[in-house]
Amino acid sequence: MNLIKTLVAGVALGAVASTAVIPAFADTPPNMLIIANRIDDITTLDPQESFEFAGSDVLRNIYGRLVNFDPADLAAGYQPDLAESWEVSEDGKTITFTMRDGVTFHSGNPVTAKDAEFSLRRAVTLNKTPSFILTQFGFTPENVGETIVATDDKTLTITTDKRYATSFVLNCLTATIGGIVDSKTVMENEVDGDLGNEWLKTNTAGSGPYKDVAWKANESVTMLANADYYGGAPAMARVIVRHVQESATQRLLLERGDIDVARNLNPEDVAGISDAEGITVDSELRGRLMYFSLNQKNEALSNPKVIEATKYLVDYEGMRDSFLKGQYTIQQAFLPQTYLGAIDDLPYSLDIEKAKALMMEAGYGDGIEIEVGVREAQERIEIAQALQNNFAQAGIKLNITVGTAKQILARYRARELDMYLGAWGPDYPDPHTNAATFAMNPDNSDEAGNTGFLAWRNAWDIPAMTEQTAAAVVENDREKRAEMYQAIQREHQATSPFGVMFQKIEQTARKDNVQGFSIGAAITAAAYWKVSK
Amino acid sequence: MSQTDLATAPQSNGWRAWLLSDTPTSRRHAKLASLYQSWLQFRGNPMAMFGLMILVGLVLMAAFAPLISPYDPFVQELGNRLQPPGAEGHILGTDSLGRDLLSRIIYGARITLYIVTLVAIIAPLVGLLVGTVAGYTGGFIDVVLMRITDIFLAFPRLVLALAFVAALGAGIENAVLAISLTAWPPYARIARAETLTIRNSDYIHAVRLQGAGPMRIITKHIWPLCISSLIIRVTLDMAGIILVAAGLGFLGLGAQPPSPEWGAMVSDGRKFILDHWWVATIPGLAIFIVSLAFNLLGDGLRDVLDPKESGE
Amino acid sequence: MAINDTGKGRQMVPFPPVLISIAKIVLTILVTMLGLIFITFIIGRIMPVDPVLSIVGERAAKDVYDAAYIKLGLDKPLLVQFWYYLRDVLTGDFGKSLLTARPVSEDIIRVFPATLELATIGTIFGVVLGVPLGVVAAVRRGTWIDQVARVVALVGYSMPIFWLGLMGLLIFYGILGWVGGPGRLDFFYDGIVPTRTGMILIDSAIAGDMNIFWNAVSHIILPASLLGYYSLAYISRMTRSFMLEQLSAEYVTTARVKGMSERQVIWGHAFKNIRVQLITVIALSYAGLLEGSVLTEIIFSWPGIGSYITTALLSADMNAVIGGTVVVGLVFVLFNVLSDLLYQVFDPRAK
Repeated sequence: MNLIKTLVAGVALGAVASTAVIPAFADTPPNMLIIANRIDDITTLDPQESFEFAGSDVLRNIYGRLVNFDPADLAAGYQPDLAESWEVSEDGKTITFTMRDGVTFHSGNPVTAKDAEFSLRRAVTLNKTPSFILTQFGFTPENVGETIVATDDKTLTITTDKRYATSFVLNCLTATIGGIVDSKTVMENEVDGDLGNEWLKTNTAGSGPYKDVAWKANESVTMLANADYYGGAPAMARVIVRHVQESATQRLLLERGDIDVARNLNPEDVAGISDAEGITVDSELRGRLMYFSLNQKNEALSNPKVIEATKYLVDYEGMRDSFLKGQYTIQQAFLPQTYLGAIDDLPYSLDIEKAKALMMEAGYGDGIEIEVGVREAQERIEIAQALQNNFAQAGIKLNITVGTAKQILARYRARELDMYLGAWGPDYPDPHTNAATFAMNPDNSDEAGNTGFLAWRNAWDIPAMTEQTAAAVVENDREKRAEMYQAIQREHQATSPFGVMFQKIEQTARKDNVQGFSIGAAITAAAYWKVSK
Repeated sequence: MSQTDLATAPQSNGWRAWLLSDTPTSRRHAKLASLYQSWLQFRGNPMAMFGLMILVGLVLMAAFAPLISPYDPFVQELGNRLQPPGAEGHILGTDSLGRDLLSRIIYGARITLYIVTLVAIIAPLVGLLVGTVAGYTGGFIDVVLMRITDIFLAFPRLVLALAFVAALGAGIENAVLAISLTAWPPYARIARAETLTIRNSDYIHAVRLQGAGPMRIITKHIWPLCISSLIIRVTLDMAGIILVAAGLGFLGLGAQPPSPEWGAMVSDGRKFILDHWWVATIPGLAIFIVSLAFNLLGDGLRDVLDPKESGE
Repeated sequence: MAINDTGKGRQMVPFPPVLISIAKIVLTILVTMLGLIFITFIIGRIMPVDPVLSIVGERAAKDVYDAAYIKLGLDKPLLVQFWYYLRDVLTGDFGKSLLTARPVSEDIIRVFPATLELATIGTIFGVVLGVPLGVVAAVRRGTWIDQVARVVALVGYSMPIFWLGLMGLLIFYGILGWVGGPGRLDFFYDGIVPTRTGMILIDSAIAGDMNIFWNAVSHIILPASLLGYYSLAYISRMTRSFMLEQLSAEYVTTARVKGMSERQVIWGHAFKNIRVQLITVIALSYAGLLEGSVLTEIIFSWPGIGSYITTALLSADMNAVIGGTVVVGLVFVLFNVLSDLLYQVFDPRAK
C-alpha cells in the first residue's frame, strides 16, 4: 500500500504548498482580458430574448441602450446612452427621446430612432420571457404601432397606458431587453417572420464597445473591441470569458496567471487567495436574495404561527459567519439593499425556544414533516442542511430533495413543493421588480398559472397587498413611493410565507494590474470597456 | 448439510483430513472438498486475502456503526467546521458543516454496502434471466433479446444511469435501479454463452427426456451452472459499481443530503480541495480502498475458480 | 462481445454469403440505432424536467410558456412526436439544441473531435504501457513483477477519477507547473488556428503554429494520461490472461523443448497468437473512451461529447441528448462490428 502513502504524502505536500505563495508564472497579453466565469446558462445572444446572468454580461458590452449606467459611477443612476436626452409630457405618459448623433452600428449603419423603434417593438412582438419588463407598461403587439413611434430619425416617443414613475420606466429600459439592434442587418437575416430571432441567437448586431462575438456554448465567449465606439475605443482589444465550473480550478488559473479575473470563488478559496501577491479581491453587493418559501396549500404551513416559527429557526449569523462567509449578508425583506425603499430591519434571529412555543400554540407540538426542494448547488444544499438541522429542533422534519434547476423549478411552478429554498434576483433596477413578484398575486386560482409571481407559486392569496403594490408603482413622488414600499415590506416580513434570509455579495478576484472592472453591483451587468491593465 | 454427510464424516481424523480426502464418500463431500481446496489456494494469495479482510472490516464497520462512531454523523457544529485530521475529538477532522468525518465515513459504509449488495443481486439476476432464456430458446426470442441487450450495451454507461436517475428522481433506490440497468447486459452475454455450451449437452438432453419443461430446465439445471462465472464477474464489477454510484453522488444524483454517501462527500469536499484537502480526500480514499478490496478479491477468485481467465 | 450471433443452423438462402453478412451487419446497426433513439426519446419524455423552461427561463409568463410548449410539439401524443422526430432524423436533421441554439449536428462536430483527440492519446498511452506490462506479468507469473503489474492495474480500476483528476491538476498544474491547466489551450490562444479537423493538435500542426501545438500538448497530457491509466489497467490485465492461456498451450512447450529462444517463444509465437484478441480489447477500450468521460471532462473543462450529453440531459435538451447518444452508440457498434470482422478474418477458430 505504498502507493496510497505516496499519494497521501503528495496531497499533504500539495496542501502545504498551496497555502504558500505560488508565483504567477505566465501573464496574459496586455491588451487582452481573460475572465473565468460560469457561463453555462447562456442560451441565446438575442437581447430581446436573453434573460440569464452570463448572457446579460455579454450583451451589456455589445448593445447600446437608450439609457444606461456608467460602470465607473453606478450610483449616479441611469445616464444618456444612445438617447442623448428625453422629455416627459404633462400627463406623464409620454416620453420623447432625442437620439445621439453620429453613432454607428458595428455594420457601419447609423443608429437611428427607427432602430430604437424596431428594437422595442420587437421585444413586445417576439413576446419572449423578459418581455414583461416592457409589456407591464401596457404595450401589446397590437398597439406598438401607436405607443412606440419614431417620428423621425432622431426622435422616439413611447406612450405608456398609465402615469408611471419616470424613473421606473427608464430603469426598465436599462435592462438587457432594452438593447438597440441594427434593424437593417437583423431584417436581412429574418426567416419566416421571426424578426431575426434565430439569427440573433448566435450572432450580434449592436453598437456597443464590443463586437464580433464568438459564443461556444458551455465553453467560451470571445469578443473584439469596437474601435469606432462613440465613447472611445476600449483598451482591451479582446475579451475572453471562459466557462470554468469549479472554484478551485478558477483559483489555480488565477494563481498561475492564466486568467485575469475569477468570478466564482467560494469563501474558502477567497480566504486562501486574498493574501496572495498580485491578487486583489473586490466585494460588490448584488441584488440576489436567498429565501425560503412555504406553500400555502399545505395546511400546517399556512398556519401563521408555523410561518412565524420557521423564521426563528434559521441560524442567520451562524451561516453568514461560516460557509457563506463574505459572500452573503443578512437581509430579511424582499427589496435588496441599495434599492429605493429598501429596509434593513432584522426582526428575526435563531430562537429555538420561541419557535417551539409557536409550534405548540399552532397545535403542531407533535411536529410536522415537509419536503423542501433545492437545486443542485453547493451553497444552497448547505443552507438546506443547516435549516434541516434547526427545523428538526422544533419538530419540523425537513426532507431535502435535490434536483437540477429545471427539475426543482418545474415542481415549484406547479405548486407541488411544500417548501422551496432558492434565490431571486431583480430583473431591472426598480423596487417594483421584486415587489411585483413577492407581494402581488392578482389571481390565486390554479388555472391562472401565474408562475411569474412567487406569491402565486406559493398559493399565497393577498388581494389587499396586491393593491398596495399596484398603487406604489404609479406613485411619482419618490419619497412617498419609498415609504409605501417600506410599509409593504414590514407587513410582508411579519405575515408572508417568505423567509428572506440573505443578500448576495459577489467576490471577484482579479490581478492587481486589472483596473476599472465592474460587475454591475445590484443594478446591472458586467462592463469591460473601462478596463485597463 | 445432510445427515448422511455427517454420518460418513470420520470423527477421529478431524475435518481437515476429511476435507482433504482424495476419496470422497458422497457428492456433497466431493463438493466441499473441492471448495476447501479452492479456499486453501485462495488463502495462499495474500493480496486476495487482504481484499477479503478489508471487506469483512467494512461489513463489521457498517454493522456496528452506532457503536464505533464517535459522533452522530448528522450533528452540525458550524463553529467547528473544516477542522483538519487529528483535531481535538475529531480523528479525521470535520466537514463544511462541522460534522465529524470519521462518523460519516463509518455510516457511509452502510450506504455503499446497500448499493453494492442490491446491484449485485439485481443486475446478474436480470442478466441471467435474459441470457439463459435467449440462449435456451434460441430463434426469434434470442434475436430480440440479444438485440435489446446490444442496445443497452451501446448506451454510454454513465449517461444511461444519469438519464434514469434524472427521470425517476435522485435518491439511493433510483441510483441502484439505474446502475443495475446499465450493468446487466454483460451478464446476459455471459449467461447466454454458457447456456449455448450447456444446451446441447447430454446432461440436459437426459433431463429433457425425463419430461422437464423449459422453465424447470433453465432454473434448476442451467442457472446453477452459470453461477460461478457470474460470481467472478460480479466481484470484478463491484468496484465499477461503487465508482458509478460515487460518480452519481458526485454529480448530486445519488444519495440525498444529509446522507453520508462517499461520492457525495467527495463532491462536497472538492469545494475546499485547495486548502482543506482532507474533506474530499478521506471519502475519496474510502472509495478507493473498498473498490481496490473488491478488485483484489475478484482477481483472487478468478485465479481460483477460473484458471483460464476468460475475458468477456 | 460478438454482436452477430443470430443463432446457428439457419437454412441457407441463395445469396452470396458476403452480401448476407453485410446486410446482417447493416440491419444490426440500424436496429440498434433505432432502439437507442427510441429509448432516449422515451427517457426524455418521462423525465420530470421541463424542456420548455430551458428555453423560456424561470420567469416566463403563461402565454410565453404556452407558445414555446406548442412550438416544441409537446401538445401532440407521444408516438406522433416520436414519428415526427424520426422523420427528421432520417433526413439527417437532428434538430436544434435548446441550450446552444445551434443545430445538434454542428455541436457534435464541435465537441466530438475534442473527445476523439483525448481518447486517442489516452489509448496510445494505455497500449504502449499496458501491453508490455501484461506480457511481462504473464511471462513472470507469480513473481514480484506480476504482483506490481497487478497492483498497478487494480489501483487503476479502483481510483475515483474525479478525485484523482482534481489532485493531478492541483499537483502537476497548480504546484509544479509542469502541464497546462484546464481546457484545451491557454485561453488566449483560443480561436487562433483555423478549425479544420477540430483536433487542436492536428489543426495547429497544419497551420504550422508550433507555439499552439506545444501548448495543446501541455494541456492534453494530464487528462490523457489519466484516461490512459484506466485503459492501461484494462489492457494489461487482458494481455496477461491471453498470454497465460497461450503460454500454457502445448505448442509453447513443444517450441521450448525444440530449443527455441524464450524471446522467440514469447513474441514470435505466443504474442502473435493473441494479436487479434488484443486488438478487440483495445478497440473496446478505445470505444469506451470515445463515449466521453463525463467526470474527466468536467474536471478539466474539456468540451467533449460526454459533458455535452450530460449537460443537455440535465436540461432536458433531448435533441442534443439523442444526437449525442446516437453518435456514441454508432461508434460503439461500429467498433464491435469491426472487431467481430477481425475475428472472423484472422482467427481460424472462429470459422
